[in-house]
Amino acid sequence: MLEVNNINVYYGPIHAIKGVSFTVNEGEIVSLIGANGAGKSTILKTVSGLLRTKTGGITFMGEDISSAKAHKLVHKGLAQVPEGRRIFLRMSVRENLEMGAYTQHEVTHANLDDVYARFPILKERSRQVAGTLSGGEQQMLAMGRAMMSHPKLLMLDEPSMGLAPILVEQVFDIIRVFHDMGTTILLVEQNASMALAHADRAYVLETGRVTLSGTGAELASSEEIKKAYLGG
Amino acid sequence: MSFWQLAVQQLINGLQSGSIYALVALGYSMVYGIITLLNFAHGDIIMVGSYLSWFALTSIAPFVPLPVAVVIAIAMAILGCMVLGVTIEFAAYRPLRKSPRISLLITAIGVSYLLQNTAQKFIGASAKMVPYPRIPSVNFAGLTISGVAILCIAVTAACMVGLTLLVKKSKSGKAMRAVSEDADAALLMGVNVNSTISFTFAIGSALAGVGSILFIIAYPQASPFMGGMLGLKAFVAAVLGGIGSIPGAMIGGLLIGVIESLVSAVGLSVWKEGVVFAILIVMLLFKPAGIMGKPTTEKV
Ligand SMILES: Nc1ncnc2c1ncn2[C@@H]1O[C@H](COP(=O)(O)OP(=O)(O)OP(=O)(O)O)[C@@H](O)[C@H]1O
Ligand SMILES: [Mg+2]
Repeated sequence: MLEVNNINVYYGPIHAIKGVSFTVNEGEIVSLIGANGAGKSTILKTVSGLLRTKTGGITFMGEDISSAKAHKLVHKGLAQVPEGRRIFLRMSVRENLEMGAYTQHEVTHANLDDVYARFPILKERSRQVAGTLSGGEQQMLAMGRAMMSHPKLLMLDEPSMGLAPILVEQVFDIIRVFHDMGTTILLVEQNASMALAHADRAYVLETGRVTLSGTGAELASSEEIKKAYLGG
Repeated sequence: MSFWQLAVQQLINGLQSGSIYALVALGYSMVYGIITLLNFAHGDIIMVGSYLSWFALTSIAPFVPLPVAVVIAIAMAILGCMVLGVTIEFAAYRPLRKSPRISLLITAIGVSYLLQNTAQKFIGASAKMVPYPRIPSVNFAGLTISGVAILCIAVTAACMVGLTLLVKKSKSGKAMRAVSEDADAALLMGVNVNSTISFTFAIGSALAGVGSILFIIAYPQASPFMGGMLGLKAFVAAVLGGIGSIPGAMIGGLLIGVIESLVSAVGLSVWKEGVVFAILIVMLLFKPAGIMGKPTTEKV
């Protein structure tokens, strides 16, 4: 479904992504894990068209998207829950969800009801300004918003960041639910144990390079990973 | 005339000029909200709009009935301002979108001079009379209220209601708010950020076009540098209300107009500009976010 082929991404002179390749097949949950600054967010931004590759290709559903405009990718079925949630704090909860369905010709109520059913708290708060939500609620809103466009591939950038363990569980449960609904998932995480437990396959990223890859279970039991990411 | 009649009269005068400031302040505020630029060329758009009215009412009017000429003048001023605003953004600001803010600001000042000097070179430095038909006054409760004042206040009120509905309810309005808050996040929602910015300039400049018509009906002279002071006062109004805030620009504009007219009423009319800038300084010192300053509630 998504093929990233030997991409190089720069921030000015900084060579952030150095020849990274990976694939996400339809129906999978694939995880990218790595320490701070490894380049995880840079990769997601590049796939979403916010950043450009210098060399290398990205194809989505068989179509080259490496120079597609970011706002056109949503139409093609790509959605992202960006790092730090990036919800619209000054807009209401409902308006945030409507923005998620911006590319839809009209916001279908079924669509909105789906998300409300999944996140009852968002329905309760629908008229409230999003900036007044708690951190956990904001994360739910960011995820609900991304689902409003019914994406084929949902990319999440550290959805567990800054959340209490019980909320982290909840976030992963929701990712499962989205996956069961037929959404393919690309999950970026620093929380390697959770990510590996849920991923079909995973890639380990270190300073802009993929250093390891395998099934979630393989990586979770690898000595190297245990030492570096799972705390022993 | 009783004290109250005088007070109401002054209030209406204040609301008249205030409504024009508000229309112009909206453009400053909307543009600031979406690309954090103080668009110093905004005042000069009014100048161009005034010349467009002048052109229609002097060069086209002889060939058509007067009402038709007036409609043409209004349409030319509003559409002309829209096209100009969008073109300025496209040609001068868009290429600098990722440059430091100061480059953008200096470019805006450059565009302002370009417009002023172009007008001076091709139309001439002397003021042109813009002959919109006179609007009769209305007698009401012992007061003579100028028709122009009623027109200004009514048109501005209508524009504000329309703009508020547009920004709050329409899809483009929501996209505008989303882009002004977080352009990258809006892109990820599938919003075409470039066209949303163009749209914002179009609306802001159309309001300036409306402002130019109201202004020129009240003071029927177009000159190359007329946008300067008007633009500056509208800018103060935008800052007073809270730059980036649409209701703020409306309130700020009306307040500046009323304050000016009160200062004139107590016999200090030479000071009215001074008072406006004093307000700016006081505001910047004590409440730089403005009356409707945005709350910044951010959670980590
Ligand atoms: N806007 C930028 N300008 C310059 N360098 C940047 C920029 N954004 C990221 N970088 C650099 O690119 C590298 C990768 O950053 P990236 O944000 O992709 O890391 P990450 O894996 O997402 O880290 P984290 O887990 O902390 O979010 C880092 O070295 C970072 O300093
Ligand atoms: Mg990151």
